[in-house]
Amino acid sequence: MSETLVQKIISRHLGGKAVKPGDVVMLPCDVVLGNDASTNGAIRVLHEMGVDRLPDPSKVVTVADHFAPAKDVISATLLKQMQDWAQEQGVAFYGQGRGGIEHTVLIEEGWVVPGSVIAGGDSHTCTYGALGAFGTGVGLTDLACCMATGMFWQTVPDTIRVVFSGTRRPFVRGKDLILAVLAQTGVAGATGSVLEFTGSAVVDLSIDDRMAVSNMAVEAGAETGFFPADGVTAEYLQSRANRAWSAEASDSDATFARELHIDLNTLSPQLAWPHLPGNVTAASEADTKKVDQVYIGNCANGTITDLRDAAAMMRGRQVANGTRMIVVPASRRVYKQALEEGLLQVFVEAGAVVSAPTCGACFGGHNGVMAAGERVVATTNRNFRGRMGSPEAEVFLANASVAAAAAVAGRIIDPRELESAA
Amino acid sequence: MIVTAVVVPGDNVDTDVLYPGKYINILDPMQARLHLFEGLDPSLRDKLRGSTALFVGENFGSGSSREQPASAMVASGVRCLIGRSFARIFGRNAVNCGLPAFVNPTAVDAVLDGAEVDVDLRTGVVRIGERDFESAPMQSVPKEILAAGGLVKWVRTRSTSPRS
Ligand code: SF4
Repeated sequence: MSETLVQKIISRHLGGKAVKPGDVVMLPCDVVLGNDASTNGAIRVLHEMGVDRLPDPSKVVTVADHFAPAKDVISATLLKQMQDWAQEQGVAFYGQGRGGIEHTVLIEEGWVVPGSVIAGGDSHTCTYGALGAFGTGVGLTDLACCMATGMFWQTVPDTIRVVFSGTRRPFVRGKDLILAVLAQTGVAGATGSVLEFTGSAVVDLSIDDRMAVSNMAVEAGAETGFFPADGVTAEYLQSRANRAWSAEASDSDATFARELHIDLNTLSPQLAWPHLPGNVTAASEADTKKVDQVYIGNCANGTITDLRDAAAMMRGRQVANGTRMIVVPASRRVYKQALEEGLLQVFVEAGAVVSAPTCGACFGGHNGVMAAGERVVATTNRNFRGRMGSPEAEVFLANASVAAAAAVAGRIIDPRELESAA
Repeated sequence: MIVTAVVVPGDNVDTDVLYPGKYINILDPMQARLHLFEGLDPSLRDKLRGSTALFVGENFGSGSSREQPASAMVASGVRCLIGRSFARIFGRNAVNCGLPAFVNPTAVDAVLDGAEVDVDLRTGVVRIGERDFESAPMQSVPKEILAAGGLVKWVRTRSTSPRS
């Protein structure tokens, strides 16, 4: 019987039992992730479940990111409670100064390998699709269930195949590819499905670009969105993977629910307008209103690739008068690399602020939230009303080059425009 | 059971408007419910008196995995949701919290805000006036979880050995 990649992954985790879309299974997970927003709730639920000791702490990873460094006493208490619990249970813990944003950290630190099943108490667990893993977000009761029993209930999804062809043009990144996908699917078009990213253009996408793509699969409603493992994946994982893996792909005659085509030859830098990630146009179609803040950061787009792109825009230039810019390297590793490459100096000289790795203002928590009536261009993944602070703020999503160009121009422009003005 | 219908207007009502991110460090549902609907229309909270059912649009609950929207609804006396469709994680969270989320677009079309309606929480049949509206059938596992009263109770009543 021909199978899609997601069927193969699920079937292998059930000891070889064949599955079809629509089946509901108890799916064993290889890794379980919690952050400071979800773990503490899960600890409470574990008590209610009557579980004092985790049966398999080696699978569980915790990361302090949403409110770290602690923004207030409530958050400090939660961070402390998670750290104490992690130590007591013997689960991995990445604390302040050691890790960074959970998804970047788990990928960098080798927890994610192709074909694995990862349940995380965070909706952007789908980022692990960059390495061909079935990563999917769950709530805190599900998270506790995964910690207690090693599995969660999951409906076997069908597959929407996304075919990327052609060659990427200047200033086009993974972010633009997924925004182009969202322009086609809308914000619910992939509900109950996984997105499988394939096509001739995929070999040209680095893991950083793939992270940007997979990260926003949930914005299309998908269970996850993955790139079947290839040479790029193998090279990235060579000195990193913490367990063995093998590459798998959908059978050539597998049945797909739908196929989407994105031709990179005609794709320009994209922009998602408030207040939906699916409100996408070309960045060149933006209006000329003032931008109050530019935010470079988040679990998918605070990578070294993003920081390099932003620094290339900023070098020898200044953040426009009346505009603020904040750069949030996603992890300690990214921070260190950017430091070594002199990128942080470029930002500071341009008048930007460089922050410690944190989720921060990405979800409106702290560290750069927006006032009513303000506009922000962010490399993040959600622009829902109130996402980055006031419900009357406007959030635009774009890649790091577009965001940095907006910081220099004080309004949204196509980065090619800034380059030609130089 | 007889419940009061509360209509939440619009499609793609996301978790950021249902429960803003700055409050996700609040874990107690009784506290969390004070911020329910804050980014959308806080006056919706005042309609949650007695037993209620929320009637919602397409892709309700899209976005974050935060569970407070669902657990705060339970804490506010919401007995079920009747919607055009639900986003994945919100739909899971509702079931896990013991809150049935029924897909039933025609009932959403027919209902008036504030009406008394009769919902069979087991089958999802919604009686509005003299008419019955059948919900889409629910899958086996979520049904079992709801019958147990939520995922915590379901886990407690089962062995932890894998099954498929
Ligand atoms: S960076 Fe933003 S999207 Fe990513 S995990 Fe943190 S809050 Fe969520």
